[in-house]
This record gives sequence, structure tokens and C-alpha cells, in this order.
Amino acid sequence: MSATAAGLLQAGLLLLALAVGYRPLGDHMARVFSTGKHWRVEKAVYRVGRVDPDAQQHWKTYASSVLGFSAVSVVLLFLVQRLQSLLPFDFDRGPVPVGVAFNTAISFVTNTNWQSYLPEKVMGHTVQMVGLTVQNFVSAAVGLAVAIALVRGFTRAGTDRIGNFWVDLVRGTVRVLLPLAFISAVLLVALGVVMSLKSGVDVTNPDGSAGRIALAPAASQEAIKELGTNGGGIFNANSAHPLENPNGWTNLVEIYLILVIPVSLTRTFGTLVGNRRQGYVLLSVMGVIWAAMLTVIWWAESHPNGPAALLAGAGMEGKEQRFGIAGSALFANATTGTSTGAVNSMHDSFSGLGGGGTMLNMLFGEMTPGGVGTGLYSVLIMAVIAMFLAGLMVGRTPEYLGKKLGRREVTCAAIAMLAMPVVVLVGAGAALLLPSTPGALNNPGAHGLSEILYAYASASNNNGSAFAGITVTSDWFQITLGLCMLFGRFIPILAVLCLAGSLAAQKKVPETAGTLPTTGPLFATMLGGTVVLVAALTFIPALALGPIAEALA
Amino acid sequence: MTITDPGTKPDVVEHHAESTGRVGAGVFDPRQLLTSLPDALRKLHPRHQIRNPVMFVVWVGSILVTVFAIAEPSGFTVAVAVWLWFTVLFANLAEAVAEGRGKAQAESLRRTKRDTMARRLRADGGEETVPGAGLAVGDLVVVEAGEVVPGDGDVVEGIATVDESAITGESAPVIRESGGDRSAVTGGTTVLSDRIVVKIATRPGESFVDRMIALVEGAKRQKTPNEIALTILLATLTIIFLLAVVALQPMADYSGRQQSVTVLTALLVCLIPTTIGALLSAIGIAGMDRLVQRNVLATSGRAVEAAGDVSTLLLDKTGTITFGNRRATEIIPVGTATADDLAVAARLSSLADGTPEGRSIVELCVGTYGLPGEPTRAERAGESVPFTAQTRMSGIDLGGRRIRKGAASAVRDWVTGQGGTVPDEVHEIVDRISAEGGTPLVVAEGAVVRGVVRLSDVVKPGMRERFAELRAMGIRTVMVTGDNALTAKAIAGRAGVDDFLAEAKPEDKMALIRREQEGGRLVAMTGDGTNDAPALAQADVGVAMNTGTMAAKEAGNMVDLDSDPTKLIEVVAIGKQLLITRGALTTFSIANDLAKYFAILPAMFATVYPQLGQLDIMRLHSSNSAILSAVVFNALVIVALIPLALRGVRYRPASARSLLRRNLLIYGLGGVVTPFVGIWLIDLLVRLIPGM
Repeated sequence: MSATAAGLLQAGLLLLALAVGYRPLGDHMARVFSTGKHWRVEKAVYRVGRVDPDAQQHWKTYASSVLGFSAVSVVLLFLVQRLQSLLPFDFDRGPVPVGVAFNTAISFVTNTNWQSYLPEKVMGHTVQMVGLTVQNFVSAAVGLAVAIALVRGFTRAGTDRIGNFWVDLVRGTVRVLLPLAFISAVLLVALGVVMSLKSGVDVTNPDGSAGRIALAPAASQEAIKELGTNGGGIFNANSAHPLENPNGWTNLVEIYLILVIPVSLTRTFGTLVGNRRQGYVLLSVMGVIWAAMLTVIWWAESHPNGPAALLAGAGMEGKEQRFGIAGSALFANATTGTSTGAVNSMHDSFSGLGGGGTMLNMLFGEMTPGGVGTGLYSVLIMAVIAMFLAGLMVGRTPEYLGKKLGRREVTCAAIAMLAMPVVVLVGAGAALLLPSTPGALNNPGAHGLSEILYAYASASNNNGSAFAGITVTSDWFQITLGLCMLFGRFIPILAVLCLAGSLAAQKKVPETAGTLPTTGPLFATMLGGTVVLVAALTFIPALALGPIAEALA
Repeated sequence: MTITDPGTKPDVVEHHAESTGRVGAGVFDPRQLLTSLPDALRKLHPRHQIRNPVMFVVWVGSILVTVFAIAEPSGFTVAVAVWLWFTVLFANLAEAVAEGRGKAQAESLRRTKRDTMARRLRADGGEETVPGAGLAVGDLVVVEAGEVVPGDGDVVEGIATVDESAITGESAPVIRESGGDRSAVTGGTTVLSDRIVVKIATRPGESFVDRMIALVEGAKRQKTPNEIALTILLATLTIIFLLAVVALQPMADYSGRQQSVTVLTALLVCLIPTTIGALLSAIGIAGMDRLVQRNVLATSGRAVEAAGDVSTLLLDKTGTITFGNRRATEIIPVGTATADDLAVAARLSSLADGTPEGRSIVELCVGTYGLPGEPTRAERAGESVPFTAQTRMSGIDLGGRRIRKGAASAVRDWVTGQGGTVPDEVHEIVDRISAEGGTPLVVAEGAVVRGVVRLSDVVKPGMRERFAELRAMGIRTVMVTGDNALTAKAIAGRAGVDDFLAEAKPEDKMALIRREQEGGRLVAMTGDGTNDAPALAQADVGVAMNTGTMAAKEAGNMVDLDSDPTKLIEVVAIGKQLLITRGALTTFSIANDLAKYFAILPAMFATVYPQLGQLDIMRLHSSNSAILSAVVFNALVIVALIPLALRGVRYRPASARSLLRRNLLIYGLGGVVTPFVGIWLIDLLVRLIPGM
């Protein structure tokens, strides 16, 4: 079988699996977030947390709950790392250094999972399981909750209540993430992913020298790492590591887990707003851009600059033999199109165009299909912007899903849209002003600029994947990247919740012949065009000096 | 005495009904650019610039580049500085031109505001002469033929003809009388006959004319909700581009090619949405202006915008959907009488009847039965019997013939009073006509009933099509009438409205508006009477007729000087056109950026990365000429679009989908393509400048 055919088969299988899961998972999530019934285990959690699960929250209360929960999470995660030596399974790795602990705490709580440490050397199993894995669940559940709160803004009318964060958080964890993660973990173990509490096994290398292979409870963390679009590997090599992602099948399963919730959420959205086609149109926009970017990356990696490079296998540099170019491109496109950031190949080794493609995926604002929850609310923000312009062009005060897009709505959407570009541009620009920066880069010239740009795009979009090739352990990078993660995560969340509040307070405008339909190809074009144009216009100058200059060379 | 009653001016009404299918274009005269130049220069003041975030950035950029052009003069820097100033100036010009058109109108209004002396009534009944400016609300003033009404108010005593041409431009005088719905008089208008006592309703300086002047001058122009939302979006884009350009410098520096402030400013100005930023306020002013041109005054821009959003239109049946008065459409003879006999009798009974209904009976007899329109000499000798509230009949006594026509019950009493009987046939006809929404008039000669005349509401031509158009735009029409449900239903069916409100009392109208608004719909209505005032105030768009009472005019947010209720439909179109123009030019403005990148980025960086030269698909002359051409294009496109901003994007009633498709194609795709051509053409000229 040719490499291309194998790649197409993988992509086909992936799409088929996503299609099969779309309806049941999407509808399941819709039920989870709209039913009035509580499970017994959930009631126990609410009792312990002294939460009245039937009380509805104002958007400000909801937002403070999100912020409060995240702040406590950061502190706890920081402490768990710093107190590692008191915990079991620490393998004498000692307390995690302050800078790393700070960066990592923010990174995992913001669903970024940027890793400025070597897991095998720094984190013991308890920190991994009690600290990082817990955040893998709840940070994804927070994204899910915020997205659902925004959807409630559209479905509710004349109320200042947008749901209960604690209930959404618990239900997202207990009813969506935990069961799926459990099944996936069992499947991954069955397919060969390691699951061990030992620190490692001693081996004799082929050359006779003694070596040690690190082991970890990988499968359980791997499942939620992909499912929650987190991306923090339990091994440093992440999904390129043979014990985290041993073969083509696990590779496909991991890509599937990355995409399944964000994709199915469009169904949840359609179901909740009472018109499934509203969900399909979002999915179509995500899907078309995703497919286009996959084609670009795959093609670029299959055609590295010059035939000599191709013959010498340059396209395979930084990629695993067991995944090949297609399996790597598929993974790279999925991980950067969502907020995952797991990698099964070195994006730094990608061609100018291919690497630029992964960067652009993030710079779109990660909505193809985006992270768990974050993808849905990001694309809805762009829909609000697109509908505002489209609404003006049909001569009515713009509206979307029966809600008017007035001053407050546009302000919220604009802030949510503005946050990421501001953080990326300010961060990357400032980093370049530092005299020490060129020294932190592996490569000079355009590729070096790409490395910087990628790092800030990844942190600000809560992706967490690394171009690598850049040494980010200095305080400057630890702190600024940490701040990028915080701002990139919480400014949009606050704006989204404010938008949800102001939408929910509105009455619903009935649909008439004068209403612009948001289900057809026309709206899809408008939305897709807005997503691409906003990213392109914002980042073309920067990209021109990095990936574009590389790609055209 | 000839009196033109605005309610019965079918020719005017029909004219509007035909012309409103699309919003017409205002005339733009290029000379206005020149005459507005002084105003445009005055607007360079920072206090003015700061109000528009996008143009403020350009303004700051112009100053910055000018400083560099003075410090280190080069042909390129000076040229960029000059064109950046042109960009700011062109934006000011757009606004000044839009305002200038209003100013001319304000000037002619001001002329009506001569200082008049008022004859104020004292409490003891005597008169005193005070200046018009010294009147207070509640003062009673006397105005007689030939005098100017000193202030806005309501007639509380008397009846007079008034020349309102100073306000409305309509030369035919109108009647103003105490009580009823035609009691309002406007300061500055002239009483032509008789004597009235007016109760002053507004303070000097806040009169209707004062408000009109402020409005058309745009002096108190406040940004409308959609305009504010758009400004926020434009400011957001400006911030993003500002950061993109600022962050570019360290990247350029890292790449080994630091950029000059001039080049970075040029890039920034080209990227931020200057086209829409420059034209935004002109579009708003021009939108109000288009209303004024149609003799509609809006008290706020908010109301104009709301008009575009209206989804329910309340229309009074009488005068709006049907002609103001019922007309005779059929005569039905009974008993031994033939149609000709009945026609003769009906005509005779109506000869002296001056009411529109009476005249329409004569017209029918003339048109269908070939009878003379004017009374013959013999007929003139007859004694006419006028309609009175007691008899509820009118007619004529001519020789021995005594002919009467009137409501069925009145004629029945009259006939039976003379010993005659009314055949059952008559009752059947009367009932049938009533059921079909008409008004039956029974004609009797002596004790014998001759037949029945059917008076019906005649729906104005073209209304059905207008309502179909509105339906396509997503607007529901509701006919409001005092008729019974049966009649209302018949007329509603003929006119093609979506719904009707029968036997409507003012509170029913109010309830209907509230109900619609509860459901999230925006409601527009017209009204003239004092009892319409609460509903006018409640409606999102309330258009008061100028003929109406002061209370109605105060309550509504628009006043139609022509008092033409069908104009509501035009107002909706103008509101929509206003929004479309903004949306279309925003899209155009943003779409333009793509080409500018292709011009400027290779010019900036082709020296350090030669491969970026591949992006220069326009094959521009040099890096300097490329950047300058983009700046020049960016400035010139503002001037080129001033006429469009003033006229508004063409609007035809159509579904939202087809409107968007059309505008996306023209302004989105057109916005991508135009600058490629424009910059390429400008570069052909710019390269001739030495130093490029």
C-alpha cells in the first residue's frame, strides 16, 4: 500500500468514527447539561462543596466561580509539585523548581499543558495522577461549562441566570469525561500503551551498556490528555514516545479522542438551540478549514524543499517511522486545530509551509474544531462578529439565533476576539526585544522567528504544543508564557460569560422572512471567511518574516 | 373659499405609493466638495478627531510622519506625509459635505423664525402685545388673518386656514380648528383667514422649527446604537492592526531590516478600516437627510435605525390602505324602478351634497349612466335638504318630487311616516352590502323606495403589491380600523394585509403594540389624533402626521410633513438602507487590506528575504512607489465613495439571503479586487515622481 493510500485510509477511518460518535455523544452532552436530575454521586459532591445544585447563577457569579475554582486549582497544583518529596511514588525526584511549578500549574489549569520540564526526571507518579491528571479532567470540564453557559445565553430569554457552574463542572467531569476516559484508557492499554506504577525497568542496551526505560501510569493519563484536549505528555517525547503511542492504531485512537468532543459539541449546540442545522453549519466551517489545513500540511511534508531533500528522506525528519508522514500530519493538524498540543512528531522539523500551517491553525483562534468547549465558544464568537457585519448588510439590527447583537454583545465578542492576537503579538514582540532571545533559539533567521512566534501562539491559545528548538527555561519565558496562558484563557472566558449574560437577558426576536438564515452555505461562507480573514490580516506581517519567508525560499 | 384637505389628495398619495419601491438617490454635486473645504479644514482640530477612533489614529500618524518629513526630508517621506493628511482631510470632507446639505435646509427654516409679536390674552380678557420669544407654555394668543403664528400650540377657539408652506413646502392652505385632530399649529406659519386662539405648547427655543433646525444641521447628532456597536468593532480592528504593526518592528529588527516610522505608519493607515471610519458619520447624517428630503423629520437617529428593524406595521385603514372616503360603487334598483330611474334619483339627491360620499354618487351616475355632472337650470331651482344629525338624510325637493337618501333606518322611518312600506328586498340588499363590508344608502322618492346605493371602501391601487413586498422583507402588516370585524375582514382580504384589528379603540391599538413587543417585534405606526399619542409613544417607530395634534407630534419620534401615512413604508426602506450602507462599506474596507499587504510587505522585506518579492503580484515599480501607491489609493477611495455614502447603497426589498449575497459579492469580492487594480494604476503615475 502506498503511503498516500494508507494516509487516506486513516483519514477516512477517522472521519467515519467521528461520524458514528457524533449523534450519540452530541445528544448525550445536550441531555447532561439540560436535565434537572442529579446523580447520587453528584449530590454527594454538592453536599461536600455546600453547593445548591438547583440554584441558578448570574453571569458574574458564574464567572467568579470559574475564576475562583481556577485560582484554587493553580495554588493546589503548585503546592502538590512543591511538596513532591512528601508524596509516595516520588522516586526521590524532589520538589519541582519554583519557576517550573508556577508555569506548570498555570499551564495545566488553563488547559494548555505547555511543558517546560522533563516529566521522567521531574514529576513523580503522584504529582502526575493527583495533580496533573485531575486538572486534565477539570480544566476541560471548565471549557465545556463555559461553552454550555454561552449556549444557554442563546436558548434562554428574559433571565439574568445562565446556569450553575458547579453543576456544569461536576456533570461534565462525571457524566462526559470520566466514562469516556475510562473506556479509552482500557482500549489504549489493550493496544499496547504502558500502565505501570514502577519508575522504570533496567535493560541492557544492544551495545551491552546498562540502561533504564522509564515507566508511568501512561494509558490513564493519555486518554484524558487527548480527550480533554490537554496535551501534556507523561513522557517528554509526548505522543512520539513508543510507550505513550506505540503504533498506528493507538495513533488513530488518540487523534480520534482529540477530535471527538469538540466535533460532537456542534451537535450538542444544535440540539440545545432547537435547530440541528445550526450545529451542522458550524461543523461544516470547522471541517472545511480542518480539511484544507490537513491537505496543506500533508502536502508540504510530502514535498520538502527540493527533490534532493525528498530523496534523502527530509520529509521524515522529526517524524516517527511507525506513523509516517500522513499519520504525523493528521496528528499535527488535529492537535493544533484543537487546544491539545500533544505531538507525535517534531513540529520544529516541519517544512516552512507545514510548520506554518500548524501555527496558522492556532492563530485562527483554535476553532477547527477547537478545544473541549473552547472551540465551540470561539467559533460562536466569530459567528457573532460575522453576523454583525452580515446583519448590517441586510439592513437590520444584526441578530444571531434570535438575539440582537447590540453594543454590549459586540463589545464582549470584540474583547474575546481581541485577547489572543494582543497577547501573541505583544508577547512575541517583547521577547524579540530581549538581547538574550537570539541565544535561546536553535535556528537563526526566519525559522528562529517561527520558533518564537510558535511559542507565544501556543501559550496564548492554550495549545501547549512546542515547536521546540527554543529554550524556554529562563525566567523571562517561564513568566511571560505563563501570563500569556492566563490572559489567553481567562479574558475570552470572562467576555464569553458576559456575552452569555447579556444574551440571556434579551427577549427572543421571532424569525421572519427578513431574518438572515444562519443555516445555509451563505452563512457558512461568511463565517469561514471571517475566521480566515481576521487571522490572516492580523498575522500576515509576522508570518511573512517567519513561515512565509521559509516556505517561499 | 377653496380648501384642500390633505386627507383627500389621492394624486399625492398615489405618487408616493409608486415611487417607494426603492429608495431613490439624493443628488450629489461635486462642487459640494469645494464649498465644504473650509469646514473640512476646521475639523482637523483634535477635539473633533478624537471622536472617531479610526481617523484619530490616522491623524496622529500624519503628525508623526510630518515631524519626520521635516527632520529628515525626502521625496518619499514628504509624499507619504501629504497623502496621510489628505486621508484625514477627505474624511472631514465627507462629513462636511453631508452636513452642508442639511445646513442649506436649516437656513431656509431659520428664515421662518422671524421675531413675531404675539397678541397675548390676559386673564381679564384683554389683549397685550408681547414678543414671540417672551411667551410661556399655556399662554393664550390671538392670531388673525395675515398674522404669523408666534409659537407652537393647539387651537382652542375658532377655525382658520393656515399657510404652512414655510414648514412643509406645500402651498395649499390647510384648515386648523379647535378640538378634534387638526388643532395643532406650528410657529412660523401664517393664518390666511379667520381668527383663532392658540394655546402655546412649547417654550421659545424648543419649538418644532428649532428642533427641525437642530436636526437637519446635525448639531445634536448622537451616535445611534448600531453605529456605536460598529464603532466598537472598528476600534477593535484598529487596536489589532496597531499591535500587528508595532510588533512588526522587533520582528523586522530581528530579521535584519528595521523599518522607518514612515513606512510603518503607512502600513498601519492602510490596514485600519479608514474607508468606513472616514465615511461613518457622513452615512448617518445622509440617512437623516434622506428622510428630510421626503419631508419626514425624525427626532433621533435611533428612530431611523429602528425603522429598519420594524417587523410589524400598524396601518390605519382609512386614508392609508383605502382612500380617505367611501365611494359609491354600485346602485341596485328595487321594485319597479330601473337602474336608470334610480341613477336619476340618486344623482338628484346628491347634487347639493358636498361630502365626498355625495360627490362620488354623482360621479358614478355621470360615469356609468351618462347623466350630466352639473345641475341643470331647472334642477338648480330645487330646494336642497342638507344632512342633519336628526334626520340623518339629505336630498332635494324639486317641483313635486321629494327625494331623500340616507341610512336604511332613517329612510325607513321617513317612508313609513308617509304611509309607505319598505319591501323585504331592500332589507336583504342592505344586509348583504353590510356583510360585504360596504355601506348601504337607501334612496327613496316620496313613500317609495327606489333602490340602494352601495358605498364601499376602495383600496388604493398598488397596495396589494406593496404588502407582498413588505412580507418578503419580513414585515407583517396589520390594518387598524373602527369597522366591525366582518367589514374589516373583507377589506383586509382585498388589500392583502396579514392581519387586521377591527372595532379598534385607542386602548386596543396600545394592547396590540404591547403584545407584539412582548414577542420581541418592533412596531411602527402612524397616527394623528390626541388619542393616538400613547400608542405613538409606545411604538418603536411612531410617525405623527403634521396635520395632527401637538400631543401626537410630541409623542411620536417622527413627523411626516406631508401627512401621508403610506410613507411609513418608505421610512422603513430608508432605515434599512442606512444600515446596509454601513455594513457594505465596512466589508469593503476590510476586504481592501489583502491587496495592500501584497503591495506593502514585499516592499518592506524583499531586500532581506528576496523570496517575498514573489508576493509582489502587481509588479509595482519600487518599494517606495508601492507603499506610496497604497497610501494614495487608501485616501482616494474615501473621496470616490463619498457619493455612495451620501446616496446610500441601492436597496430593493428582497429576502435577507439575496441581499447578503448581492452585497457580499459587490462589496466583499469587489473590495478584494478593486485595490489590486487601483494600486497598480496609481503606481503607474507615482513612479513618475522623482525619487520613487
